[in-house]
Amino acid sequence: MAVTDKMPELIGKSPLRVDVHGKVTGAAIYTDDIQFGKNLLYARVKRSPHPHALIKKIDTSKAEALPGVKVIVTGKDYPQRIGLYLKDKNIFATDRVRFVGEAVAGVAAVNEEIAEKACELIEVEYELLEPVFDSIYGASPDAPLIHPDMGDYEVANFIFPKPGTNISNHFKARKGDVDRAWKDCAAIVEKSFHIPQVQHVPIEPHIAIAKTDDNGRVTLWASSQSPFAQRNLIAKTLGISESDMRVIAPYVGGGFGCKAGVTMEAMPVAIALKAKGHPVKMRFTREEEFYTNFVRQGLKIKLKVGCDKDGNMLAMENTMYWDGGASTEYGVNITRAGGYSSTGPFDIPNVKTDSFCVYTNHPIGGAYRGFGMSELHTGIGQVMDELAEKIGMDKVEFLKRNSIQGGDINVTGMKMHPIGLQECIDKVAKGINWGVKEKASSDNKLRGKGIAISWKAPAMPPNAGSSAFIEMNEDGTATVNVGGQEIGQGAFTVAAQIAAATIGLPMEDIRIAGPLDTQYSPYEWQTVASRLTWSMGNAVRFAAADARRQILEMVAEAWDEDVDDLDIINGIVVSYRSEKEMSLKNIAVYGIPKEDDQGWIGGPVVGQGSFMPSYVTGLDPETGQGPRAVVHYTTGAQGFDIEIDKDTGKIEILKAVTAFDVGRALNPELVKAQMEGGMMQGISSAIFEEIILEEGVMQNPSFVDYRIATTVDVPRVMETYFVEVPQDDGPFGARGIGEHPMTPTIAALGNAIYDATGIRLEGPPFLPEKVYLAMKDAGILD
Amino acid sequence: MISYHQITLKVNGETEVVNVPANMTLLVMLREEMGLTGVKNGCAAGECGACTVLMNGEPVNSCMVLAAECDGAEVITVEGLSHNGQLIKLQEMLIAKGGVQCGFCTPGMLISAFALLKRNPDPSENEIREALVGNLCRCTGYVRIIDAVKASVEK
Ligand code: FES
Ligand code: FES
Repeated sequence: MAVTDKMPELIGKSPLRVDVHGKVTGAAIYTDDIQFGKNLLYARVKRSPHPHALIKKIDTSKAEALPGVKVIVTGKDYPQRIGLYLKDKNIFATDRVRFVGEAVAGVAAVNEEIAEKACELIEVEYELLEPVFDSIYGASPDAPLIHPDMGDYEVANFIFPKPGTNISNHFKARKGDVDRAWKDCAAIVEKSFHIPQVQHVPIEPHIAIAKTDDNGRVTLWASSQSPFAQRNLIAKTLGISESDMRVIAPYVGGGFGCKAGVTMEAMPVAIALKAKGHPVKMRFTREEEFYTNFVRQGLKIKLKVGCDKDGNMLAMENTMYWDGGASTEYGVNITRAGGYSSTGPFDIPNVKTDSFCVYTNHPIGGAYRGFGMSELHTGIGQVMDELAEKIGMDKVEFLKRNSIQGGDINVTGMKMHPIGLQECIDKVAKGINWGVKEKASSDNKLRGKGIAISWKAPAMPPNAGSSAFIEMNEDGTATVNVGGQEIGQGAFTVAAQIAAATIGLPMEDIRIAGPLDTQYSPYEWQTVASRLTWSMGNAVRFAAADARRQILEMVAEAWDEDVDDLDIINGIVVSYRSEKEMSLKNIAVYGIPKEDDQGWIGGPVVGQGSFMPSYVTGLDPETGQGPRAVVHYTTGAQGFDIEIDKDTGKIEILKAVTAFDVGRALNPELVKAQMEGGMMQGISSAIFEEIILEEGVMQNPSFVDYRIATTVDVPRVMETYFVEVPQDDGPFGARGIGEHPMTPTIAALGNAIYDATGIRLEGPPFLPEKVYLAMKDAGILD
Repeated sequence: MISYHQITLKVNGETEVVNVPANMTLLVMLREEMGLTGVKNGCAAGECGACTVLMNGEPVNSCMVLAAECDGAEVITVEGLSHNGQLIKLQEMLIAKGGVQCGFCTPGMLISAFALLKRNPDPSENEIREALVGNLCRCTGYVRIIDAVKASVEK
């Protein structure tokens, strides 16, 4: 499709968010704000107290007898399995429970208290099984099987489960000859890290309401990043036709991946199918939010890296054991992403990677902002830091020498597109005053600086698609219809900006159709993977170009001019030849009358566009090699200047700096807002956060015991920069940036701690007591 | 059986008479009985600040207050900040500085900041941070929220 090449004025400007007025006045509607009237039922879930057990018997009779209880469902009612990449999950456990908190039964009643009471009255008999709590042990032949039937599960063709084990995916990359390369290395570093599970912590907990009509059609209202994926997966699993299932998705109060795919949304649907006519609302408590849904899976990573005497990287061996939890329907692709990105943004000729997705009896690992990458880079960023030191090279120089660049062949054999990573490193190094040893603010403090780089590609099926359509209105405005969700990142604003810029309208003349509704909205795979600005942005751009073309052709015919002489500026069609002008008001719907009342030209303008990458190839299952594993990589760097209090071990961040190559910053303020928020989420996960699991039971499922960063934790100085090396197939050259800013954070902070203390911790969170004790053990406290 | 209480209170300037069950929280009353859904529920345990409202001029977590205790009280929610479509400066600055992303923390954040500026019209950055410490935000990293409050200070 031909799209005009010049850079419109609105691109690179920062118009205000289109969703913001309702959000500051309380008018914005989130899922729980929708009123359903008196017919509404409330659903609660009976959950497993055991990490691993067979279900021998479920007795619901006492619960059924409780007045006010309307429906109870168990796994017996729905034996079918659901899952995005590997169908390994039941809506309610059938014969076996695999983690503490797994849903065993669902109850709908006239109010939440009765539903909760009914759950307590459901009696479940279990036969306990030996649990698995460690991913390395889980992958061993000694471990009991958590999914003995894994071999029968339906699976995407790029995922490689190993039936008869707990390994639900094994991604291998083999490039060059690692074993031979070690001999040529002048320095080698070997290290292991452990990154614990953390929670997404959206401030809005999960919520979904489902209703079945008399004719069997289902409507689901959900706080959702993925209305289309949910329609598809839930409908298929429950034997409903996709078009008979409608998903309505209002604003999302924070997603970060936990509201992608299907997590809890199938439960209210399963209940509502047996409660025709009643909307059934299921709303998670904060405690449920912490461990019964997706968490970020844990990782044990073993790295060996080596370089020659000049500091050129020669080899990497990377073995990752992902603690995928009780179900890895989404997680298998996280471990795949960890595999194909396993070198980080480094140019390494010899690589051997094994990325294992391992079932454990832990909470289910799912997509989390930049999935796999924060975990992976925690290891890579820190071993590279040590390798630089070991070979005696300045760490920034080492990063610049070895970071991947356009034209390099990466770990999967893909030729890298042009990137601005070198410039990102420079900006960050300058920002933290790298190379200048600075004094701590007092004698009982230690000061240090650290820097790390990262990359991430959108992790998705090769053919994840986007679509959009744009309707012109009588008043000359345009309504943009998209299927991508506004989860806070600014997707609606950027869609409006792209549409306005492409058609030739002012920003205020764009309306975004909402809420998303699979019955009206155009298809979008999912709002994940930092893919919307790029993929949905392309669809919007094409739709806008289509609308513009229709308008110009109509006017050209009316004026008897050439389309090439016409333009649309601020909602006015102008001719550069005749200097005629005509407002878009009315004409884009009613058309233009011919002269002398001889009929009409044109008609309602509706532009449509869709985009799907067509060039992503499969990879060899044994070597992980193929022409193009992913669509593109966003790359960048981050650095910290910190002080550590010797008396408490507390880390204070004096300065945090990050820079990413975003291709083109369509809306610079939104880009910066993503970098700040992402970096802060990274800092929070690095310093505070851990799901503490004992025998599979989460010990800290509340905000009191699971602390996230608050206003007092914000670094005094935070700087964000973007670099713009355009993406060849991005709208105006744009690439995504939503997830990346938190991916190098743990490593960069770990490097800063090392610089300050000489201590390398095995993993986050870098809690004061942990840092303090490590300093004490190392004898650096006098 | 749960007992009901009839209470009279002022919400966003309007006098309301409501019959509330003894165990109903102010949060649930505002959202479900009065349709003031701008007040958000993020934890129902007094730990996130999303449900913050002004009660007799003080910011409170409405999930921790029983509606029955609000007889005679004056309550202001996010819906009561602007008048006749005219945003207050805090709202305008939050927009201008880009301090809103998903928006779920925003109503509570605005109320806490509003209460701060009422009792301390010229807060230092530390005072701003302290005043907002009970309002969790997972999206913004707080930077632009703090900036917005600073920019709202009438000099
Ligand atoms: S909902 Fe009241 S503090 Fe979280
Ligand atoms: S803007 Fe999303 S929680 Fe604050």
